[in-house]
Amino acid sequence: MEKQIKSTCETCAHYNADGLKKLGLKTDDFDYVIALAGNPNTGKSTVFNSLTGLRQHTGNWPGKTVTRAEGAFEYNKQKFKLVDLPGTYSLLSTSEDEEVARNFILFGKPTVTVIVVDASRLERNLNLVLQILEITNKAVLCLNLMDEAKRNNIEIDTRSLAKDLGIPVVAASARFKEGIPELIQTISELANNKITCKPHKIKSIPVNIEHAVKQLSASIEKEYPTISNSRWIAFRLLEGDVQIIEALKTGKFI
Amino acid sequence: MDNNNTEKIIALSKELRWQIGDDFHDNLAESIYADASKIVADVVSKDNEKSKFRLDTKIDKIVTSRIWGFPIMLLILGVVLWLTIVGANYPSAMLSELLLDTIHPLLIKFGANISMPLWLSGFLFNGVYLAVAWVIAVMLPPMAIFFPLFTLLEDFGYLPRVAFNMDALFKKSGAHGKQALTMSMGFGCNAAGVVATRIIDSPRERLIAIITNNFSLCNGRWPTQILLATIFIGAVVPSSFSSFASLTAVIGIAILGVFFMFFFSWALSKTILKGEVSTFNLELPPYRPPVFWKTIYTSLIDRTLIVLWRAIVFAAPAGAVIWLISNVYIGNESIAAWSIHSLDGFGFLLGLNGVILLAYIVAIPANEIVIPTILMLTVMVTGIQVGHGAGVMFELDSVTATADILKAGGWTLLTAINVMLFSLLHNPCSTTIYTIYKETNSLKWTVVASILPVIAGFIITFLFAQIWRIMM
Repeated sequence: MEKQIKSTCETCAHYNADGLKKLGLKTDDFDYVIALAGNPNTGKSTVFNSLTGLRQHTGNWPGKTVTRAEGAFEYNKQKFKLVDLPGTYSLLSTSEDEEVARNFILFGKPTVTVIVVDASRLERNLNLVLQILEITNKAVLCLNLMDEAKRNNIEIDTRSLAKDLGIPVVAASARFKEGIPELIQTISELANNKITCKPHKIKSIPVNIEHAVKQLSASIEKEYPTISNSRWIAFRLLEGDVQIIEALKTGKFI
Repeated sequence: MDNNNTEKIIALSKELRWQIGDDFHDNLAESIYADASKIVADVVSKDNEKSKFRLDTKIDKIVTSRIWGFPIMLLILGVVLWLTIVGANYPSAMLSELLLDTIHPLLIKFGANISMPLWLSGFLFNGVYLAVAWVIAVMLPPMAIFFPLFTLLEDFGYLPRVAFNMDALFKKSGAHGKQALTMSMGFGCNAAGVVATRIIDSPRERLIAIITNNFSLCNGRWPTQILLATIFIGAVVPSSFSSFASLTAVIGIAILGVFFMFFFSWALSKTILKGEVSTFNLELPPYRPPVFWKTIYTSLIDRTLIVLWRAIVFAAPAGAVIWLISNVYIGNESIAAWSIHSLDGFGFLLGLNGVILLAYIVAIPANEIVIPTILMLTVMVTGIQVGHGAGVMFELDSVTATADILKAGGWTLLTAINVMLFSLLHNPCSTTIYTIYKETNSLKWTVVASILPVIAGFIITFLFAQIWRIMM
């Protein structure tokens, strides 16, 4: 049963913002793992810093985050461990940073994946978003750099975007701390299953490939009935991803 | 789980891969793009009327242009340096007044009052304390100005443009274009520059970037350059041009360093680090107005204080060593005097002297203490009556007084120029050496990175001294 809400204030992100405690590096015990993914130079590290209170170096050039950074925060008495993944444009290639990001989202099984995108370059950023949505069911889109989008006269219909992607969308300007309370609230609601996602699946696939993917994912589901991302596994198998083949043998991704 | 079944799945995937052919990867990528553009068409609207004028592209056209790119880079470097040099003077003077002229005598008096043995108070207050105080007084102000300025440029998005301008040069020298970024970081601190090479994927190109980072004149060496340029180079031109001449000389040394960086990158990529240049797409991020105060705050806390703390940790033992070698006697000569005499001959060949070489050996932990060590040792050798006694580092209030001591120690314009050259071309400080070891995990490459610049320094100063002596 859901708790009775006393006033509308309680559902507001700013009302609950008091419950936020930045825990910095104290990541040893936690209730949920949150992954932070996104293209390079979209402000992932800035989002990471404002959630954890850490001061990971940020700068206006792509590729600053060279190692996986971890931090933590507490919200409404629940502890969240946050993992800042290296920025990538895609998850399909063999480069090291893409492998780190891809494998963490698949094998690390984060409770929620936060996808940080550059609002003024949405189309290019969606490439990564759509791939991540094939892997995981629980994700939130952080539409960052809204200030820049506004400056460039770009307007985004966030409600339609959320509907199209099937995940919650939070508009933010992390450098100015805008949208962070809403983001935390959404992460918490996702983690506690108060929001259910129905992520977009890649549609415009040529018929012969779609057919092969269906056939393959059906046979994967037959072997592993609980699996939710059989389509992604099928994609990777068709790509010949050695680590996926290995994982399939050991059942590591379940 | 049934191994048999998973084998079947893998076999099926292999079979299907044959059926759908080679284009799978491209087809998948295209489908994703198609989906993305459909979504964007529905949700994004752009006011094209208003966005015709894109400031970013206008700025980029100028700062990355063939004609203006390099002059603008030099101009920005010049302005940052000028602000650092001029701005650091006042806080430096105040700090040295406080730490050296006020607190130091108090400590000596305190030692006498509690009847501390002379050797102990000398060791603690004249050795350890003075070294630390000097590093703080000389190093903190320029760092507190240089790092925030640098971070502001970084936040604004100028650094990738520097990389863009220099990309072709790096490619020609067989190195990675991103080395431009790590090189720029090295102008602040070589240890930080070495850590930053993690952005370079290829191990070969990363090693080149690590080994040649020391050719970026770091923060600890700027003050040495500035002081010597002011005393010796500023003096050979009419006084109205002297500050311009010294600034030009310092920038000239920095550019010479960049030249050596390219030369050694090229030489390494042609010899022990042969290989293909990897291509990469350098994205020019949009310009972003820096969040001014936040940037100032974080760069002060993150960079300035951390680097300062590291310098103090290394300067304290160095101060102790300086005091010890000046006060421990073998026969009737102190270790310092004995070393200076043995190094004098070699020093002469390089257009330097024994004092300078000994100072560079002692000052491996921190480049900042080279000048004070040289002054202290010079006074000891020449026996002139300034300073506080053997093994006591000191600062002289006026540049003229420093000049007098150095001239009494036999310095000429040649000595000054060669010290400036040697300050650019010598081993990295111990912090950087340790960082290189941690990053490469290899003794061999650490040794190469440490020895290579010294050898270059020996050769260059030797050649320069011989030519100078023949010409002059």
